[in-house]
Amino acid sequence: MSRTRPISGLAIGLATGFGLALAAAGCADSDSPGTASPKTAPVVLTLLTYSSFPTSDTTLNEALATFTADTQIGVSVIPAGDAGTMASKATLSAGNPEGDVMWGIDNTLLSRVLDANVFDPYESPALPELDPALTALVPGREVTPVDFGDVCVNYDIAWFAARQLDPPDTFADLADPALRDLLVVENPASSSTGLAFMLATIAEFGTGESGTDESGTDESGTGEQDWLDYWDSLVANGVEAVESWDIAYYERFSGSSGGGPRPLVVSYASSPPAEVLFADPPRSDAPTAVVAETCFRQVEFAGVLRGGDHPDEARQLVDFLVSNAFQTEVPLNLFVWPARRDVVLPQVFIDHSEVVADPLTIAPGAIAADRETWVDQWTAVVIR
Amino acid sequence: MDRRRDPLTGVLAGLPRWLRWALSVAPAVLILVFFAWPVATLMIEATDWGDASRMLTRPGTASIVWFTAWQAVLSTAATIAIGLGPSYLLSRWSFPGRRLLAAAVAVPFLLPTVVVGAAFASLLPDRLDATPAAVICAHVFFNVAVVVRLVGTVWAQLPDDLVGAARTLGATPWQATRMVTLPLLRPAIAAAATITFLFTFTSFGVVQILGGPAHPTIEVEIARRATLLGDISGAAVLSLMQLLLLVIVVAVAGRAHRSTVALPLRRRRRRVAGGGRQRAMLSVAAGATAAFVVVPLAALALGSVRIGGRWTLTAWTTLGNRSIRPGVSLPVDPLASIRASVGFAIAAVAISVLIGTSAALAIAASRSGGRLLDVGVMLPLGTSAVTIGFGMIITFDRAPFDWRASSWLIPVGHALVATPFVVRGLLPVLRSRPTGWLEAAATLGASPVRSWWEIDVRRLGRPLVTAAGLAAAVSLGEFGATTFLSRAGTNTMPLAIAGLLGRAGDVPHAQAAALAVMLMLMTLLIVVSIDLFDSAAPT
Repeated sequence: MSRTRPISGLAIGLATGFGLALAAAGCADSDSPGTASPKTAPVVLTLLTYSSFPTSDTTLNEALATFTADTQIGVSVIPAGDAGTMASKATLSAGNPEGDVMWGIDNTLLSRVLDANVFDPYESPALPELDPALTALVPGREVTPVDFGDVCVNYDIAWFAARQLDPPDTFADLADPALRDLLVVENPASSSTGLAFMLATIAEFGTGESGTDESGTDESGTGEQDWLDYWDSLVANGVEAVESWDIAYYERFSGSSGGGPRPLVVSYASSPPAEVLFADPPRSDAPTAVVAETCFRQVEFAGVLRGGDHPDEARQLVDFLVSNAFQTEVPLNLFVWPARRDVVLPQVFIDHSEVVADPLTIAPGAIAADRETWVDQWTAVVIR
Repeated sequence: MDRRRDPLTGVLAGLPRWLRWALSVAPAVLILVFFAWPVATLMIEATDWGDASRMLTRPGTASIVWFTAWQAVLSTAATIAIGLGPSYLLSRWSFPGRRLLAAAVAVPFLLPTVVVGAAFASLLPDRLDATPAAVICAHVFFNVAVVVRLVGTVWAQLPDDLVGAARTLGATPWQATRMVTLPLLRPAIAAAATITFLFTFTSFGVVQILGGPAHPTIEVEIARRATLLGDISGAAVLSLMQLLLLVIVVAVAGRAHRSTVALPLRRRRRRVAGGGRQRAMLSVAAGATAAFVVVPLAALALGSVRIGGRWTLTAWTTLGNRSIRPGVSLPVDPLASIRASVGFAIAAVAISVLIGTSAALAIAASRSGGRLLDVGVMLPLGTSAVTIGFGMIITFDRAPFDWRASSWLIPVGHALVATPFVVRGLLPVLRSRPTGWLEAAATLGASPVRSWWEIDVRRLGRPLVTAAGLAAAVSLGEFGATTFLSRAGTNTMPLAIAGLLGRAGDVPHAQAAALAVMLMLMTLLIVVSIDLFDSAAPT
């Protein structure tokens, strides 16, 4: 009895396994809901994005569908990994790109992507509608700014209220012994959030070599303190560094639902409105707020990838990405601010966050040139 | 000189050459096309070898390599030492809840570290946070399943009478274990140690979450160079170095896999605790195992029903509905990710079982060629996911190979990672073929092919189910390779969980935990089903 069973069992198992593999592969191929509708649209563009860009079923995707309805150009959203991964892939495949348009290269990654000649320059007619401070970042018009966001220290309002302590206002406050052991930051070697905050301190305190800081509001008053000295003082004040934003925010920060021990975290200017929108139970006040002085501006860009099959349609898509219709959907789906000035912001953004008037920033070229050195220096001071 | 190989030079040598070739073809094609070609392309096209000296002489590199190596050695040793206990308990003893416990032990291994790492971290005392000790603890937690699966399977089939004979001859229980049981288990232990070493040497998530910024492994440094710094050349150099180190380890370990003694492997009846003392010891052992495995998982489950210190089912009731408020949706669809993951897992299991079975048979039935295939099959496990992913981007970029955004690359990638488990699960069984069986078959007039089929292939049925389960687990929890492949459509569950964890707010956080619980339950279900099937098989 058992003489024949295992043979046939094994054979049948292998055969059905192989059949299922084919079937599942087939399913997986057909089960790719994009906003594209290839039946009506002769051209389907591939929009490469970072992985937090929704691929279906949000108002952002509905907006893309109206583009398809109006122009008969389909759009298939393909996530290419996190922003850094996407930038590296774009560099590797420059000239023979994975898609037609890329959304989401930010100013910390821009320079190295432009150096690799990834994009076809294009000046959208909508450019005058965008914030000139943003368009000024790309004089060559290789890419078009689409949104911006700030990386800032967030604080847990209730924690400070309960202890009748003033939350920090400045970088100097973060190094104040009265606020010892309260701040958690991300490692700039592994986290883009951490990198942005490190750049904020460099913009604020300077590297000590040039002697000219970008900001004249250095409240530490010494004038001699460079950014590494500042980090020395943060280390002395018990700053904690972790590997990623989600560990910092959910495991170590007291203001999130994770309920960690520390009331100060490096996060985003849009985190407080997100806490309101995604609160359970619903709430009208934000549990957290932003230390505006510490904000570093991240600007994201979109562009036509050089070597794509449909450059004309790709330019039309870029125009649409900075249209009012699309930009209006950006805040609540991506938690960033639209690059276009005439967009009415959602009330929750107005109530619970602010666009920092004078954010810290560093030119993309300078970031690309020195980031590895800076990260190594930071590591030497903070980790070892 | 090497008596162990006699069966090969005997009857198996009579196997037609074409059969061995045929068995090797599928695994070789998979490895060459989807692993060797992309990695080689990256090494050739994107790597500036002038960088090699820059990377290797960089002051940080030596300390990264040193940390990677010693933590992997300690983690492997600790995993084997601690894993043998549950292996023995679960394979030799029968007690209520045994099956569930066996399944629970396997769960951490297949859950993405992104998810369980955080739960694990929350349980560690603060002074262990961000220390190598935390990393090693977590590695043990994640990899004990490898030991239980690979060693337990063999242990369950060891004949009782050998130990009994040793005891009758005056051996103490310890002597009997050391001189009889352990040598018999050696091939399986070596297999488990090899896989554990590969996993801990290339560890990414655990090191990120529990090691903190001060302790990067080579794998972490590769990913950081390739993505954040855009230094793909430096990443490729490190990746090749990592691979070379691992090839050496696997090649050396490969020797130890060979069985020292041939044994009739057969299902044995598991013992039931006799007296009160035995029963008490059994309870303590089972309780300790359960606590070790279940507590972090329970912490994870708790996270899905507690928001800000309050009990709530919001995460579960909103799981199917992405629209949190009018006009506000989450970027990921948790339910769709479950469907996607299941589809990919089925495909990946089918591919890896097919490929892994032919590879194991080919390896067992040949010599030097088999050795090469053995190492080749293991290579993807030791290669940084980012290297394979980026390699694919620049390799499969022109017709007729423009596969860059094809969804089927995902199950193929999963199969690359899962196949080694299938091979490692089957080889010990094939290699412990009792001496004389093949000769007996030959004497009775069976052709070499017939004897091989009847004696080798047919014995694979049960271990294959175990291996398939492991493969399914690997696919469901796979994170690294999937993140680096661009693809249309729905995220897999681990990616959806990571996506939810990337958003601020109560609901995304709790939903991430809920989805992680789903992943955990699916895994439990798979493992329990396999065990049920296994025990229903004819003896």
